[in-house]
Formats: sequence, structure tokens, C-alpha cells
Amino acid sequence: MSLRSAPLAVEAPERARDGLFTPEIRAQIDAHVAKYPPEWKQSAVMPALTLVQEWNGGWLTRELMDDVAAYLDMPPVAVYEVATFYGMYDLEPVGRHKIGVCNSVSCLLCGSEDLIHHVERKYGVRPGETTADGRFTFKEVECLGACRHAPAVLVGKTYHECLTPEALDKLIEELD
Amino acid sequence: MVEDQNSVCFRTLHLKEPWALASYRSVGGYAQWEKILKEKTDPAKIIDELKLSALRGRGGAGFPTGLKWSFMPRSAPGQKYIVCNSDEGEPGTCKDRDILRYNPHQLIEGMAIAGYCIGATVGYNYIRGEFYEPIDRFEAALKEAYEAGLIGKDIQGSGVDFDLYTHCGAGAYICGEETALLESIEGKKGQPRFKPPFPAQFGLYGRPTTINNTESLASVPVILEKGGQWFLEQGRPNNGGPKLFSVTGHVERPDNFEVPLGTPFKDLLAMAGGVKGGKRLKAVIPGGSSVPVVPGDLMLQTDMDYDSIAKAGSMLGSGAVIVIAEGTCMVKVLANLAHFYAHESCGQCTPCREGTGWLARVLHRILNGQGRPQDIDLLDGVAGRIGGRTICALGDAAAMPVQSFLQHYRHEFEYMVEHGGRSLAEAA
Ligand SMILES: Cc1cc2nc3c(=O)[nH]c(=O)nc-3n(C[C@H](O)[C@H](O)[C@H](O)COP(=O)(O)O)c2cc1C
Ligand code: FES
Repeated sequence: MSLRSAPLAVEAPERARDGLFTPEIRAQIDAHVAKYPPEWKQSAVMPALTLVQEWNGGWLTRELMDDVAAYLDMPPVAVYEVATFYGMYDLEPVGRHKIGVCNSVSCLLCGSEDLIHHVERKYGVRPGETTADGRFTFKEVECLGACRHAPAVLVGKTYHECLTPEALDKLIEELD
Repeated sequence: MVEDQNSVCFRTLHLKEPWALASYRSVGGYAQWEKILKEKTDPAKIIDELKLSALRGRGGAGFPTGLKWSFMPRSAPGQKYIVCNSDEGEPGTCKDRDILRYNPHQLIEGMAIAGYCIGATVGYNYIRGEFYEPIDRFEAALKEAYEAGLIGKDIQGSGVDFDLYTHCGAGAYICGEETALLESIEGKKGQPRFKPPFPAQFGLYGRPTTINNTESLASVPVILEKGGQWFLEQGRPNNGGPKLFSVTGHVERPDNFEVPLGTPFKDLLAMAGGVKGGKRLKAVIPGGSSVPVVPGDLMLQTDMDYDSIAKAGSMLGSGAVIVIAEGTCMVKVLANLAHFYAHESCGQCTPCREGTGWLARVLHRILNGQGRPQDIDLLDGVAGRIGGRTICALGDAAAMPVQSFLQHYRHEFEYMVEHGGRSLAEAA
């Protein structure tokens, strides 16, 4: 690791920034940019990718990553590095919902494997896959920080705790 | 006097809407901050109080917080930063989430005071991305604090500035490592930096930076209110204060407990309702998934403070107490831990990137009945060659469970290898 700590800013953005995403998303990204020193626009890359991913139905295309790069004056490769490093960015199409079952140690001790096997059997998806009807993408995730109510599951943006296979089923059936 | 429970980070927990500014005010919240602003307290005095309190970092390493703050070149020119580590990702740990959800203002006050002491006018709270609800709570509290003129520019006419922002993670355990966290705020992959230089010299954006855990920072206002001596007396010498313990796994009532450091483990276990189903206690991982496992019998004679747990051969870590009952297959538990570290290694250092994969694959093969007799020594050997050879402590965190599980439960691994994947523990 070098001691370099300068932003990777490119000299001239390759694309015009106005017209990227929507005015609302641009405003939200700008609000994040304002939290950091002016020369460190790239600090907003994570929130920007999060916003853009949500806008795009839960996943990021290469084009969208390029747009984020242009918007934040970053080389595209620096954005790809971030998007591929962090687990919450999806780079392939996903279902209408995302379901992440925690399978770390406290949840394991409290039956998370039963949840995983149940979803695999009943919905025919393995971790990382999306149901044939596109309803949800199934993920096995690491500790969600909810271990005192294990097993824990993240459905969209909501935690569900102390789940049994039946309770998880009910949650899934309620999804459109 | 030693107070029993919930006297520091959870002191608002009994209130209705404990997260609201009014609730926090009602227990004396922000009084310390306002006093400091008014009296222009000498930062050195505050740091002395923290040193006296023997508050040790609650994020895992247990480094004395007062000492850490004293490393900051407070009066050197230029921007300095205070960064809070709310990336809580160590399996078994679920306490910072509850501080953010139920007492966010105390964290804000703690960060403001920290900023004042180290000469930082800007702070960032790095919260893991999955914490949607806690992020909303913290953001709402920030808004309240700004509107009430408790943070911002020239706070209450004191001439003191303090701006505080949330930075959200996006799913990477390694960003809990403090320098990976800084890289992440800088908009990069979360890969730890080589140290030295330490963050107090070269931190965020290359500027002097102090990084503390959520619980460490949220403890500060109460230490100043009640005094360093009081805090020290809540715990043990060199182990000041109460601490949050997340007791999880095979217990009747898993929960967070804020109890004095030095509380006997057996009392903590009783608070959690004892071992689930009245079973015998087999083992405990006393400080989050990264620390060595301790056999149940030894744990029952151990007290919950940094030094006592070190004597029992493990570490207090983040205070996550993972309880394992009789009948649990230790090969399976270790395979789960190994999978975690293999998945979360950032890939920067060869011993960790390759070694964690080896550990996970060999354990998987043993579980699947394809283990070879030499695999057990292979595991020990690989673990021994990761520990101490990496930039950050994730390598050690992956190695220590393997070494300790083999030390105490080697017969279970041998049995499984000899019996084509059958578990000794589950058969018994
Ligand atoms: C792999 C790894 C993961 C870590 N995860 C966390 C974490 O989630 N939260 C945390 O506060 N500290 C974590 N730490 C410890 C931090 O590096 C750092 O020591 C701590 O935030 C300092 O704060 P404290 O002195 O208040 O404990 C982690 C360390 C390592 C090596
Ligand atoms: S182990 Fe599942 S939430 Fe922590």
C-alpha cells in the first residue's frame, strides 16, 4: 500500500453530466458529494452506486457504472473496482426482491440451514439464483448484526428476526 | 457504587422513543457537551479523565481510548478527522446496531466531544449498508442535533465547529478494519493499509484521524458526567466500565446485556436464561467469531473482562459471547467460520487470500466424508502460516479459531476423518 492518498480524478469527463440518471438522483448524489472535501468527489461513489442501482431495479449495468464515473470525474475502472468489491452491488439482473438469509455462526446455531434448505427445496433456487418467475433473488449472506434474534433474514430493506421456515414462507408469499 | 445494568450506552432504553432528542435530554444528554462548549474545558483534562476511566476500545482490540486520543497532533495545522466505526460485522456481534437504534444521540455527543479533544471539526460515522433502520435513526438524530444547534458551525456561539456525516457501507466485513474503512470512505475498495504510518499521522485523506468503535464513543458522555473514577469502579482495574455483551447461540434468551466488566461468565449465562434446553455447556467463543474457543468448564470459572479472558486463552474482542451446547458438531462450526473468512478476505495478502480458501476447502472436504488423515495437520499448518504474516488482523482472525478448535476438539476432527464424515458429537 502506497502512501498516495489523492483522488483518481480524470481531467476531462468523457460525457456531459446533465442528463445522466434523473434530476432527483443527481440531487441526491450531489448531497452526498457535499459531505466530503471538494477534491474528493469520489468519496460519493458508494452512495451513488447504491442510488443508481435502486433506480435501475436492483442491479448495475456497465453503462450505469460508466455514468457514475463520468458524474464523479472518476476513471471507469475505479468504479468497477468498487462495484465488484462490495457485496451489496449486483452486476447481473435480479428478481423483484432480494432475500438474504444469514448463515454466520450465531444463526447457524439457531437453525439458519433449515431456512436455506427450505427455500432451496420449495422455490427451486440455490443461493445466488433468482426464481423462475422473477419474484426474488436468493442470497446467503454473512452476519447481519442481528445475532441476538437469530436466525435473521434481510428482505429488501427490512430485517426479519427469529424466523422459522414457516414464517419465512409467509413473508415470501406476501411479496408481489 | 456499581450499577447493575444499562447504566451507560443503554441508559435511555427504558424510555418511550429512547432515540428521540427529548428522551436523551431527559437523562442528562448533551449536558457534558454544552458544559465543554461553555467552559472551553482543556482537552488534556478530558483525555486524563478517559485515561483514569480505563475505557478500552470496544471494537475488538481493547486499546485504551484515552491513550489513543492523546496520539493526535491536536494543534497541528490542517484538517483532522474523527471517524466512528459502525460497520459491525463480526459474527455474533449485535450491540452497535442497538446503540444506533436506541441511543443515537449519545453517539453524536461522544463524537462531538472526541472531535473537540483531538482537534477535528469534521466527523464521519461509517455504518454498514445493511443497517437501513439504524441508518435512518442516526440520520434523524443528526437532523435533530443540527436543528437544536448542538452541532454545526460556531456551536452555541462558542466558536467551535463540528460537522458530522453518515457514510454507508455496502457489504464488506473487512471495512470494519479501521484503515480499510478509511479507504472505503475515500471511495475505494476496502483494502487495509500497511501500518505504520498509523491513522493518527496519516488517516482519512492523508490527514490525522482517530477511529473508534460506536460503543467506545457512546460511552464518553457518561464517563464525563459521572467521572473517570466512577467508570473505573464499575469494572476492574485496567478494565473500566460496564460493557455490552451480545449473548447468542444456544441460550434460552439471547440478548444484549450491559453489565460490569468482570461479571462472572456464569452470571451472564444465567441472565440469558442458561443453556438452551437445559443442556450441558460445551464451549464458548467469548469475543466474536475471530477469537479462540474456550471449553465450557473453563469458561464457567472465568470472568468477563479483558484480562481474565486472556488468562483463559482467548480474547474479549467485541464482547460477542457465542454459546455452544453439548451435541454440537465442532467440525461443522469451524467449517462455518472458515467459510466466512474465506469469503471476506479482501485478497490483498497472499497468505490470507490463499490460506483462508485452503482452510475452508479442507474443512468442507472433511465434512463431506472425503477427509484424509493428514488433513488435520494440514489445517494446523496452513493456519500457522497465515497468522502474523498479513497486513491486517483478518489473517489472525481466520487462523485463531482453527488452531483453538484443533487444540480442544481434535478428536472430533479425527473421528470424522476416520468415519467418512460422521460426526462424533451428533452421534453421542
Ligand atoms: C477484520 C477486522 C474487522 C473489524 N471489524 C470491526 C467492526 O466491525 N467494528 C469495530 O468497531 N471494529 C472492528 N475492527 C477493529 C478496528 O480495526 C479498530 O480497532 C476499532 O474500530 C478501533 O476502535 P476502538 O479502539 O474504539 O475499539 C475490526 C478489525 C479487523 C482486523
Ligand atoms: S450471525 Fe446471523 S445475524 Fe449475526
